[in-house]
Amino acid sequence: MVNLKINDIPVTVEPGSTVLEAAQSIGMKVPTLCHHKDLCIAGNCRVCLVEVKNNRTLQASCAMPVYDGMEVSTNTLKVRNARKMVIELLLSEHRSDCTKCYKNGNCELQDLANEYRIEERSLIDISVEKSVDRSSPAIEKDDSKCIRCQRCVRTCAELQKISALTVAHKGEEMKIETFMDLPLYDVVCTNCGQCVNRCPTGALTERNYIEEVWEAIDNPNKHVIVQTAPAVRIALGEELGFEPGARVTGKMVTALKRLGFDSVLDTDFTADLTIMEEGTELLTRLKKALVDKEEVALPMFTSCSPGWVKFIEHEYGDLTDHLSTCKSPQQMFGALAKTYFPEKRGIDAKDIVSVSIMPCTAKKYEAKRPEMKDSGYQDVDIVLTTRELARMIKQAGYDFMALPEGKCDSLLGVSSGAAVIFGATGGVMEAALRTAYEIVTGREVPFENLNILPVRGMEGVREATIKIEGCVPDWNFLEGVELKVAIAHGLKNADQIMKQLAAGESPYHFVEIMACPGGCLGGGGQPIPTDLETRMKRAAAIYEEDENLPIRKSHENPEITQVYADFLETPLGHKSHELLHTHYTKRKKN
Amino acid sequence: MVMDREEKVKKLNEHKEKVNQIFQPINFCEILDKTIQMNPEEIISEVTESGLRGRGGAGFPTGLKWKFASEQDSDVKYIIANADEGEPGTFKDRQILEEQAEKMFVGMALCARAIGAKEGFIYLRAEYNYLKPDLEARLEKFHGCLKDKGLEFAISIRSGSGAYVCGEETSLIESMEGKRGEPRNKPPYPISNGYLGQPTVVNNVETLVYTAMIIHMGHEQFKALGTKDSRGAKVFSVSGDADVEGIYELELGMTIQEFVDLFGDGDTKAVQVGGSSGFCVPRKKFGETIIGFEGVPTGGSMMLFNSSRSMYHVLHNYLEFFCEESCGQCTPCRVGSQQLLKGIEAIKKGDKPASYLEELKKLAETMRISSKCGLGQSIPNPFLSIVENFREEIIF
Amino acid sequence: MSPTAELVKRTVERHGTQRESLLPILQDIVKAQHYLTDEAMVEVANLLDLSAAEVYGTASFYTFLDLKPRGENIIRICKTITCYMKGKDEIIKAIEDRLKIKLGETTSDGKFSFLAANCIGWCHEGPAMLINDKVYTKLTPKKAIDAINEYYD
Repeated sequence: MVNLKINDIPVTVEPGSTVLEAAQSIGMKVPTLCHHKDLCIAGNCRVCLVEVKNNRTLQASCAMPVYDGMEVSTNTLKVRNARKMVIELLLSEHRSDCTKCYKNGNCELQDLANEYRIEERSLIDISVEKSVDRSSPAIEKDDSKCIRCQRCVRTCAELQKISALTVAHKGEEMKIETFMDLPLYDVVCTNCGQCVNRCPTGALTERNYIEEVWEAIDNPNKHVIVQTAPAVRIALGEELGFEPGARVTGKMVTALKRLGFDSVLDTDFTADLTIMEEGTELLTRLKKALVDKEEVALPMFTSCSPGWVKFIEHEYGDLTDHLSTCKSPQQMFGALAKTYFPEKRGIDAKDIVSVSIMPCTAKKYEAKRPEMKDSGYQDVDIVLTTRELARMIKQAGYDFMALPEGKCDSLLGVSSGAAVIFGATGGVMEAALRTAYEIVTGREVPFENLNILPVRGMEGVREATIKIEGCVPDWNFLEGVELKVAIAHGLKNADQIMKQLAAGESPYHFVEIMACPGGCLGGGGQPIPTDLETRMKRAAAIYEEDENLPIRKSHENPEITQVYADFLETPLGHKSHELLHTHYTKRKKN
Repeated sequence: MVMDREEKVKKLNEHKEKVNQIFQPINFCEILDKTIQMNPEEIISEVTESGLRGRGGAGFPTGLKWKFASEQDSDVKYIIANADEGEPGTFKDRQILEEQAEKMFVGMALCARAIGAKEGFIYLRAEYNYLKPDLEARLEKFHGCLKDKGLEFAISIRSGSGAYVCGEETSLIESMEGKRGEPRNKPPYPISNGYLGQPTVVNNVETLVYTAMIIHMGHEQFKALGTKDSRGAKVFSVSGDADVEGIYELELGMTIQEFVDLFGDGDTKAVQVGGSSGFCVPRKKFGETIIGFEGVPTGGSMMLFNSSRSMYHVLHNYLEFFCEESCGQCTPCRVGSQQLLKGIEAIKKGDKPASYLEELKKLAETMRISSKCGLGQSIPNPFLSIVENFREEIIF
Repeated sequence: MSPTAELVKRTVERHGTQRESLLPILQDIVKAQHYLTDEAMVEVANLLDLSAAEVYGTASFYTFLDLKPRGENIIRICKTITCYMKGKDEIIKAIEDRLKIKLGETTSDGKFSFLAANCIGWCHEGPAMLINDKVYTKLTPKKAIDAINEYYD
């Protein structure tokens, strides 16, 4: 152990700790900007400077390793003046139009300036002209607000292994750019929005569509449908006064109704539908491989994460056959919302505006993919993030915390616990296993209370093997098969699995991949800030939702039975193929 | 008292007689023989006893650097010769490489033996690409000599690509690793975690040549020159309003007055010691300022300015340089350099009052203690020394 | 395979695919093509298993790894204060007049790009300039123009 003093207070920490970690261990707050718990140390912004005895210069506490006998001061006049100057320098580089900025009120630079009482801008304004890249339907990049902390670059490189963003040039020209400073839409960006989650200012935000939704709601000729993803209901609260991990499903539904949506429905319904389609697809592929002895693309990968889909299209474009042909729940919903739903309700499909609330930024891109028009219209018209919904609720003036519990409308509104766990990494796998296992063996999965714990957790790559025994006659070609599955979240971990596959060494049958660390609950559209602790709390909330729902398995959802009986006929049937399945595009690696 | 040309040349020859170490021709193979006979501890001891400090500008005790590196527990270690001479006004390494490259190779071999390295690199700036063919030819001969003597050590050349900041040792290492030349957080230092994570010694070209000479002639002869704090001699590159310009090897410890007497054109108003990142010494302080680690240290650059020169223009030139060459990572340097440049422009134009200079001085002091690397930490040197000594020229 | 792809393949084969080889690879490509094209950077990225942005980000750091199209021959004239004191502005004007371009531009026949550089290490013999890897010192307008004319023969 290492013994040091911070502000004359004795501290003991593990060797290899930084001064910042040592300070945090005694509850001492040192301001930071470029530092982020999910990322490697940078030591660039110089906000976290502290005085260390016998050092001529101030040290960045986030990068300085501790040593025995070190004496650190975090709050001397020298330190405060230096910090103040650093913040002033950052402000001079940053185009502040706080009143118009999306991050107003949730901006780390603003907080620091407030804390250090920067009253007058004594330095010269050297911020660049406003230049916003709005080429992407998902993410917006405003270089004039960038303070070059490089969190986005590190996120894209370390967590997501895409490296679509880089630091370019040097000196006064230094800024964060894409390859050749091309528009985001034209480079390998997967739209996952992890950079947006970590940007301390408004330099990276999601593309905003709130006004379009207000307009649609206001239009009496339009029937506006809204669907909400599983991960929204356990994070929305964070924007509206609740602690991370609060389950606000009922209040969310009420809020949506009060905002004026004509039908408040649930993505979870189509999550159950996805399980039906994808489960059948997996079993079909297994049958082809084991019985017909045909060449089949195994392992099969889940396809509901659009960030992951774009990743595989760019980086492993020759292996997209391994993706399930199922659309994501959002898109399945979109297709049904403009065919099945209006048919049943007697509405003209052209009058439907289909809105989705997602924890995700990539869904904004997914909705606009050219092939997502199987209903005859653009299946999903507008995608909002959890953050945008919170903003709308605030704009409407509702005291969210005081809202009563509400229930979704029907037809596409009932869902199971298996559906809600889609929001956590491992959730899709667990939901699929609960159904597939029962179809094949006629028995429930052999886990207490249906909680398949081996597929849960936050490790980047997880594996499990399930032995299939005691099959019903239709499925006895699977007798004795050891089903090998894997789960990965964060594109860096997805890449690990893909490298294995590309080398011909993949041992799995079925793999769930989520682009975002934590799964959708850590998505690019979720409340900011994010860290592992917050994500774990959200995960706990999701599993709690699951346990408290009356139906726990997708195939027991009565609305699912109904949609097949009245409309789709059978999983992988003709109608399903038309509306619920899709194809992929091979894209360039660079 | 400024001498006339004839006197100057006579005096310079006297200096050369006394000092001439770097440029005198030596059979480098002899030094290699001596190297093999000494064990690592002996080599380090000689270099340490000599009091040699880094000649690139930073001035870290060379013996100590080699000692720390030798104590690292690793099979793989590196010695890198820093030939990224980019400090404006410095051109002495170029001449050393042109005329005495073998001595540098020997210095590298000495270090390799002292610390336990088998591989060495020369990081040669892109602007000196024309030296490469000749260096490679000489290296080939040198490798032949090493082989004959059974010394397991090989040197290869890596080119820079035009970045002043790559003269900073961690930035140089990042560049060699194929990345942007952005200085690292220190600690850890290159001696424990350097090129590819291995213990690495980065030494200036001139430093390495001196180590070879110290082993050749013994540390006493080196130590006899200079002062207690600035042992030995140093190569200076003299330019500007100077009667005599060029490369000269002189003892450390001279006063600036003595220097100006030798080199000035009779009207020297200021001497910039240490390049753009060094200190500007005004005429009134010539007599009391020593060229050495106890006074104003330098990597060798000495620029002389006479009374016809505008110190505003000089400072402006230096600040423009830093705005361009800063790596851009850390806030104080990236933004601070721009603020200083725009600041003095605004004062000159009248957009900001003269009192704004006090704000800029505070900013400069902050840059000195908060920048991530030596580049940002040094920008205050020229800024404060010129602004304090030539205030009227900055404001009016 | 396009000529650029061929060039990149050969260069990568010569230096290897590890990250440490990136700068030597980019230097060789610049030597052959005078600057780094999008295509070249993408090819390098593919062969070294890097993203194009990483290659671009690294290249853009270095002044001598040009990302803008450059002429066959690159003039870099030193703009340090000591070269200024010896008359660099006059030299710049002479070159601009001779080549009919301004500092920073490339001639329409693609023969020359004219750029400014920071200290090239000839402060005692200024004004000084590089044309490609060759250095010219103690410049006078006449000397500068003579030097340029050599490249037209």
